[in-house]
Amino acid sequence: MADENAILEVFRYQPDQKSEPTFQRYEVPFHEEWVVLDALNYIKDHLDGTLSYRWSCRMGICGSCGMMVNGDPKLTCSVFLRDYHPQVMRVEPLRGFPVIRDLVIDLDDFMNKMTEVKAWMIPKEERSIEQGEYLQSPAQLARYRQYSTCINCTLCYAACPVYGRHTEFVGPAAIALAQRYNMDSRDGGYEERAETLFDEHGVWMCTFVGDCSRVCPKNVDPAAAIQQAKVSATKDFYRSLVPWGKRRTET
Amino acid sequence: MEVRRHDIVIVGGGGAGLRAAIAAGEQFPDLSIGVVSKLYPMRSHTVAAEGGAAGVIKPNDSIEQHISDVISGSDWLADQDVVEIFVNQAPRELVQLEHWGCPWSRMPDGSVAVRPFGGMKTERTWYAADKTGFHMLHTLFQTAMKYGNVVRYDENFAVQLLVHEGRCQGVAALDFRTGEVFPVVAPAVILCTGGGGRIFAFTTNAVAKTGDGMALAYRAGVPLKDMEFVQFHPTGLPDTGILITEAARGEGGILVNKDGYRYLQDYDLGKPVDVNDPEHPRKSTMELGPRDRLSQAFVKEQAKGGTIQGKFGDYVHLDLRHLGAKRIHERLPFIVELCHEYVGLDPVRDLIPVRPVVHYMMGGVHTDLDGATPLPGLYAAGECACASLNGANRLGSNSLTELLVFGARAARAAVEFGRQNSALATEALAAQAADQQRQIQERFSRRGSEPIARLRQELNEAMEVGAAIERDGEGLQQACNKVAELKARLQDLRLTDHSTTFNTELPAALELENMIDVAECVVQSALARTESRGAHQRRDFPKRDDQQFLKHSLAYRTDAEPRIEYCDVTITKWPPKERHYG
Repeated sequence: MADENAILEVFRYQPDQKSEPTFQRYEVPFHEEWVVLDALNYIKDHLDGTLSYRWSCRMGICGSCGMMVNGDPKLTCSVFLRDYHPQVMRVEPLRGFPVIRDLVIDLDDFMNKMTEVKAWMIPKEERSIEQGEYLQSPAQLARYRQYSTCINCTLCYAACPVYGRHTEFVGPAAIALAQRYNMDSRDGGYEERAETLFDEHGVWMCTFVGDCSRVCPKNVDPAAAIQQAKVSATKDFYRSLVPWGKRRTET
Repeated sequence: MEVRRHDIVIVGGGGAGLRAAIAAGEQFPDLSIGVVSKLYPMRSHTVAAEGGAAGVIKPNDSIEQHISDVISGSDWLADQDVVEIFVNQAPRELVQLEHWGCPWSRMPDGSVAVRPFGGMKTERTWYAADKTGFHMLHTLFQTAMKYGNVVRYDENFAVQLLVHEGRCQGVAALDFRTGEVFPVVAPAVILCTGGGGRIFAFTTNAVAKTGDGMALAYRAGVPLKDMEFVQFHPTGLPDTGILITEAARGEGGILVNKDGYRYLQDYDLGKPVDVNDPEHPRKSTMELGPRDRLSQAFVKEQAKGGTIQGKFGDYVHLDLRHLGAKRIHERLPFIVELCHEYVGLDPVRDLIPVRPVVHYMMGGVHTDLDGATPLPGLYAAGECACASLNGANRLGSNSLTELLVFGARAARAAVEFGRQNSALATEALAAQAADQQRQIQERFSRRGSEPIARLRQELNEAMEVGAAIERDGEGLQQACNKVAELKARLQDLRLTDHSTTFNTELPAALELENMIDVAECVVQSALARTESRGAHQRRDFPKRDDQQFLKHSLAYRTDAEPRIEYCDVTITKWPPKERHYG
């Protein structure tokens, strides 16, 4: 058993009871192997059943449990008490999103953005099941693979200074997912996605601070995706100026 | 109370639910499909599957061989007509997913790559590195977003099936954001809610896996089939239960005891081939034996004193070091990440501590090969269903394919049923949902004395002890008694959160109820099956007994403990034999 306690200050907001958010202090046993999520579960099970937060897989792949821990967006199943203790841990909902309750944020905006950028395959050429798989070399796979590993945890939005001020910005994860398909050798949807990616709320709003890539728990590197999209848009622009130029359908 | 009406309602937004939604949404653009999911779909536990999805695609493989592997793997408890359909449709479904963009790992020529998996005599497991479930789920989710006729109810929890005059016509759903219970009605409902591994203490399963769909169907009078068969995956990390994929062994990883000895050779799993021999790993032997046999070998090795004692229970070592850094990083990057983050080890240099862990339920809602349950209008697919593909033991990498094949089949059958039975008793259904809302409010405004966490922990401990890899009559009887006691104590549950805005305590209480129903079916079915078959090993009845038990168990709800009945296994061309590995 633990012989010392770890201390958490947890953001509380229950709109149907109190209009103002507060911080509540909890002491939980300190265990070397506990992640911050384990401490929240201890609070929920033993100290205070009214605390609301999301979690599911507790192995860093479902993307549910993102929160601010001491000001930094983190997956709480992947950061340990020992990373902070004996410092007090201040746990808050992900920054930049409306709060539904306690640590639960409203994801509607992000979910809509995934749809707006058409983050799905728009095949370059149709192929029947009988024709089998599209051929794709390991090198072609490698071009987009990294962007395909986004778990939609939205830590990058919480870190993004632009999204923090202008929520109409399409934002890092959605752009990375659009790029994931743009870079896929099977895909031909670049033009369709361009409408959203390159409009006034698209990639040009990014000021390249790079915090999205710094906080990404899966090394997706959305900042690189954004820069790459800017480059392909710029090339398209110059091509459109010359008579033999033509909008590309592939990046 | 607003009634939401669709042509099909799908409960659960994981792999099976999304595949069903796309099958209906794409083929029938005039239909409206409701998807009620307690999680955002991309959070569903399909996301955590690692190793791959089986389907015959390469010239050295054959449909017959895959069928034969599944039947033998099932210890002859699979329905052979279901296996044939599954194996035949598997490649189509996997190609379809490729067309939707799934980033399958590739061969140098650009075709999809396959890897060996346990109990499979040929390599046929398609994979996307070791995040196959993640990529499949996100591909399905992103594809589903394309269809305007797929209407999602994210973070809405189905609390009751709405059944009127013998037909299932929708669900009552609890909206987490508002606390409101409302009816979502349709002439056909498909349950795709996954398994219930959380009834055990030590499991690979996400917290969401509480057997919800199984419990909903069971309470509506639909039997749960073959619930005694619980899969223990041989390689989970001690303490957390985090899964270390079978692909680690498919790529050539070995299991060794405290002396570095490949102990599986002592348990009728063949002879080891040297790790540097090009023959290694030899398919369907040793580390590539089926999961039931490997987990049972661990227990026997433990009894012999060959395992290593640790703070979180006994374990053995998974050794990948001989694979080399390049192969490990390319094929098993998630395993590297998980080992680094959660146990501070590098599989390139270190041995990985592993022990068997509850992973999957072969049993589930009784369905036929189209996902139809005995209740008209109710369908089920994926882990929550039991179409009898997996019998007494599922082979690794069949479940990801299963949710595609049977998700799509259930959707087509449900659409057809809905066309022929489109009338809905909307008022009666709305009244049922309103009644459900009242019951929930009434029960949970009572202030009882039993904390949710305490009951859940006692349930977990009882299952862990009584329904372990090896069971016996006495232990199972104790587990049955304990579960019955917990069921009674549920009436006195203590809820402290009375808010209607994103109350997470109320769903946890409802999940606990579901878990207790599912657990009761597991232990009662296990007590009744006095033989050993596949994942169900009875110390007091160590032999398979085809005379009495070449049968599926069916657990029916009664006011007391479930009534256990049996039905025949469909045997077509593959008569029962001894299983042989090695």
